[in-house]
Amino acid sequence: MNIKVKFFALYREVAGHPEEILDLRVGSSVGDLLGLLREKYPKLGSLSDNIIVSVNKKYAREEVALKEGDEVALLPPVSGG
Amino acid sequence: MGSMILVTNDDFSVDEVLRKIRNKRTGAIVSFVGVVREDDSGRKIKMLEMETYKGMAEKELSDLKDKAMKKFNLEDVTIIHRIGSLSPGDNIVLIAVASGHRKEAFAGAEFLIDELKKVVPLWKKEILEDGEVWVEGGH
Repeated sequence: MNIKVKFFALYREVAGHPEEILDLRVGSSVGDLLGLLREKYPKLGSLSDNIIVSVNKKYAREEVALKEGDEVALLPPVSGG
Repeated sequence: MGSMILVTNDDFSVDEVLRKIRNKRTGAIVSFVGVVREDDSGRKIKMLEMETYKGMAEKELSDLKDKAMKKFNLEDVTIIHRIGSLSPGDNIVLIAVASGHRKEAFAGAEFLIDELKKVVPLWKKEILEDGEVWVEGGH
């Protein structure tokens, strides 16, 4: 199943691009996706043990199951205001 | 009603927002304006780059607004946050709160800026004279 992954701020600079499409096994969770991304971008793992993620623009935990077409975003610690 | 949630490249007029936010039940209006500092703990800031996750930021702001309205019994809330390139002295964020009485308005405005800094997907990069750095966490 195809998942759109978006990277913001520092994570975008580490990934080298703002988004990509990943083909994941059906039944994969947010945690599975993060594992894949940590392998693909080792620097991501060294930046943070606990990467904050949203699924379809809502904060989501690692256990959340993904489905075809979901948009997952990797969110560095926020610093608005 | 002047109620508004906005994430924008454009500057805002505090006067205009404060004029529009009042209604017949309004007895107090509190506004908070965040401004770009030039000097941050001894480092000279040339510019800020603010970035957002369009759609999610507005949704989170709107949820915060609903929460604050209920918790502090507010009449109305407007939140405007700027993105893009900002220079020292520029406005970054405006929070305006209208309520029947001042206590709720002060408490509501403080709650909103504190929570905004914790949960709304906005990121700030400081462009310094000798490099750039992503700011982590509110300060």
